[in-house]
Amino acid sequence: MVSTPLEAAGTQLEPTVDEVGIADVPWQTIVWNDPVNLMSYVTYVFQKLFGYDRDKATKLMLDVHHKGRAIVSSGSREKVEGDVARLHAAGLWATMQQPS
Amino acid sequence: MNGWRRHGRGARTRMVAVLDPSEAAVVRGLVGQIRDMLTERAAQAPTDELVELTGVHVGPSTPPTEAVMARLLPDFSTDDERLSAALRSLREPELIAAKEAAADLVLETCPVFGGRVELSREQAETWLTALNDVRLALGTALEVTEEMPEVLPENDPRADHLPVYQWLTWVQDSLVTALAR
Repeated sequence: MVSTPLEAAGTQLEPTVDEVGIADVPWQTIVWNDPVNLMSYVTYVFQKLFGYDRDKATKLMLDVHHKGRAIVSSGSREKVEGDVARLHAAGLWATMQQPS
Repeated sequence: MNGWRRHGRGARTRMVAVLDPSEAAVVRGLVGQIRDMLTERAAQAPTDELVELTGVHVGPSTPPTEAVMARLLPDFSTDDERLSAALRSLREPELIAAKEAAADLVLETCPVFGGRVELSREQAETWLTALNDVRLALGTALEVTEEMPEVLPENDPRADHLPVYQWLTWVQDSLVTALAR
């Protein structure tokens, strides 16, 4: 991602790890880092699509930027499929996976 | 252009910018080009008796071969090819339609010979996605990396095109900032 002088520093937030039964392992929405998308835009998209507050959206954006990818939402296959589709419409590089 | 400014409050909030003729031509030209490429891709969708019977359009199950379109229409999975193929068939038509609609809104609201552009919050968000599609396309074509220098050596064939990409980056960032403020 591309930084701009307007980026605010992220703050710590609790990790989003779901503890569920094996039979009902949720799907995950992954956003991958890319060299085009702006840090300001990615943060804005996370806030708008998922209703995250600015701190959480910024934390996720920085995870994508520094770690190369981040889990931005999780849930049923249908929910995650819809989230990936909305992220594609916004131009983010997103995929879905079910952790084994 | 001096960047986007926010005017008014509440439902009357508007994002305003003034584009000179050459800037309007760049925005309209590139947005129109991407729109044409998307329409061309949509035309490659399979048509068969089932489509004619049901009226339900399915997209191709394989990703575009050109890098620019592949970036605009990504796979749903990195490792599950069957899942990617199934979801592309199902979802690609609506994704293309959404991107075409965003491009159309820019073409409707950006004056042909430049001038004042005034957008509602919703229209501004649509502009953001259309500008982002153009940057994704240009960035892919120019093989932009995070480490790329601001100015390329003169002998680099991309040197003349990079400033357009950088200007669009600034326009998009200015619009996000005005919206998020």
